[in-house]
Amino acid sequence: MAESSRTSLSVREREGFDETALIPAPTLKGHLPGVEPDRRIDDWGRSERIEGVFDATVVEFFYRYWFRAEVEGMENVPATGGAMLVSNHSGALPPDAAMIGKAIREEHPHPRPLNITVEHFFKGYPGFSTLLPKIGCVAAHPANVQRLLYDEEQLVLVFPEGRKGTEKLYKDRYRLRRFGRGGFVEAAMRARAPIVPVCVVGAEEAAPVFAQLGLFKRLTGLIYFPITPTFPHLGLLGMLGYLPAKFKLRFLEPIEFGEGDSPDDKALVQTVAHEVRARIQENLWDMLAERKSVWFG
Amino acid sequence: MASRRILLTGLSTYWGGRLAQALEAFPEVEAVIGVDNEEPHVELERTEYVKVGAQHALLRRVVEAAEIDTVVDTRLVVDSATTSSAKAHENNIIGTMNILAACSGAGSPVRKVVFKSSTHFYGAEQDDPAFFDETMRRPHPPRTAIERDIVEAEASVLEFADNNPATTVSVLRFANVLGPGVRTSHIDLFSMPVVPMILGFDPRYQFVHEDDVVHALEHAVQHDVAGVYNVAGDGVLALSEVAGLLGKPYAPVLPPWGTSLATAALRRLGVNVPAESLNQLRFGRGVDNRRYKAEGFGYAYTSREAVLKLGEHLRLAPVLRGAQEPYRYEREVEEFLRWSPHVKNGGTRGERLLGRDEVAALERSEQDDRLTAAEQRLEAAERTARKALERAKKAEKRAKRAVEELAERN
Repeated sequence: MAESSRTSLSVREREGFDETALIPAPTLKGHLPGVEPDRRIDDWGRSERIEGVFDATVVEFFYRYWFRAEVEGMENVPATGGAMLVSNHSGALPPDAAMIGKAIREEHPHPRPLNITVEHFFKGYPGFSTLLPKIGCVAAHPANVQRLLYDEEQLVLVFPEGRKGTEKLYKDRYRLRRFGRGGFVEAAMRARAPIVPVCVVGAEEAAPVFAQLGLFKRLTGLIYFPITPTFPHLGLLGMLGYLPAKFKLRFLEPIEFGEGDSPDDKALVQTVAHEVRARIQENLWDMLAERKSVWFG
Repeated sequence: MASRRILLTGLSTYWGGRLAQALEAFPEVEAVIGVDNEEPHVELERTEYVKVGAQHALLRRVVEAAEIDTVVDTRLVVDSATTSSAKAHENNIIGTMNILAACSGAGSPVRKVVFKSSTHFYGAEQDDPAFFDETMRRPHPPRTAIERDIVEAEASVLEFADNNPATTVSVLRFANVLGPGVRTSHIDLFSMPVVPMILGFDPRYQFVHEDDVVHALEHAVQHDVAGVYNVAGDGVLALSEVAGLLGKPYAPVLPPWGTSLATAALRRLGVNVPAESLNQLRFGRGVDNRRYKAEGFGYAYTSREAVLKLGEHLRLAPVLRGAQEPYRYEREVEEFLRWSPHVKNGGTRGERLLGRDEVAALERSEQDDRLTAAEQRLEAAERTARKALERAKKAEKRAKRAVEELAERN
């Protein structure tokens, strides 16, 4: 059955494949499925009802009273069209994504839903697999990002640091990890969507990670097993046991792409990725320098 | 190129029968020839049934003798619950190979091949994109026997397409089919009193209604749509949403770990969850259906509407059970009706008693009849209402007189 592993059916991989024979993307964009008004769940699995409940209770409490989030630069988030938000990432069960989403719903003149990209791991883990899509998380697959940004013209939040960001220990706080292989820049260029860098201060202190336990990680099948002030001794809910650090979010000026910018130009992709990373890092240092207290801002 | 002389494989299967019935109605289609090992299960008007399996030498002779220009292959088994895996493999791999062999070669009259496939081609895995499009590979090699079959069968179809550039080859990948006529293992799952789920998972599902499947195949026969296309209704539903639309509760009865052990136990109880559906119950699957739409195909049902239709059918099924006699193919009777010179009425081969337009006109006139009947009923109702009004007025007058009389007496 060695033959059967052959999956060369992808049209692109066949010999003599003519790229122009494909139906052009703008035509396909016109054939997106319409909205069925009776449905409470969208095609990505996002549930209006569950997201609403979650937003009005847990997220509201943390955003307003626990983290007392402050936002600047909201005008940099476009009111229409697709845009990719790129942020630093931290915390065992990272609170930063939910806070960015909440900030856009609360402070933006035209509140829009935010699609948060998460690891494929969550789709395979019971519980997470049910809950996360319902509250607006999608798997970080290039095709998903392309459809959201280009075809559906939505906001997408990505964390190029990925797991490396959430794994890092408290002693490395606010030091950005490597920005992957620049895949996020390629995705934004392909969709011709601007990149909006976002800086989040406070998440590192809210959920400090003191150590990572490799053995328990393997036993539980989780992607990492951190030691935080409340986890694991308070159980799984201890993952939500954040310390009341003051949250500050800063949305930076968007980086636009022109007609000539091709995602196949690896040098350009790397340059832009470095630029985004440098801007987030600089602004983080700036915000940390201004901060007088971890708890009161 | 519009097809005129069509060869259908798998005439005894549900899809073969449905498609034959649909193609008979097209006046531009000169001949519909259905081949299969078994006799057809549906009533056919002018489709000719030839009892032949997938023996390529025989098929080849049929194809050449009848100058077939289009071959529609509806015979692929995409549900491992319907037959044994050895039979499915035989049918899917060897059968496909033989049918393609019968269509290829110099001097073959075949100009178009339409192949019915399934979105099981993509599998269902953890690191899938939310919407598969036709240009994507599956992220992992196939895990189940049926998926392996589908991938291999499609590979041989595409190889055929490469070797026969003059032939238009369309591969249609259908999502999970729902409808009152067809039986699949997913419909069986949805027919149970509760919809079973794997604990902690709420997979995304996309469906296509059985009528849309037939129309999609028709579309490929009538138009030239070379290439691979996904066919699935608009909208991707969560399984919990599907249960809600069917009006049933859902129960996470399958454990997230050791799921295949649990389904093995369920099989003993008579509930069959095939391996390829199990992956879907865990990870779900959505496909991008826009390319076939861009080729001019329009869906009659969205995924949601297909589920609602199935729900209606499932509620009606216990009431209607046994109301209709199943059709039995009687070779002698069929042959008498089609070929005997003594048949004066209705047996004229190649012609329908009524054309499509005539049927439509008849339906319209029937509608008109119903309309006039309704108008008459309305008029009658108005007349009775008027009479009632007059009676009421008279009664009022009498009452007034009585009151006046009373007042005078006092």
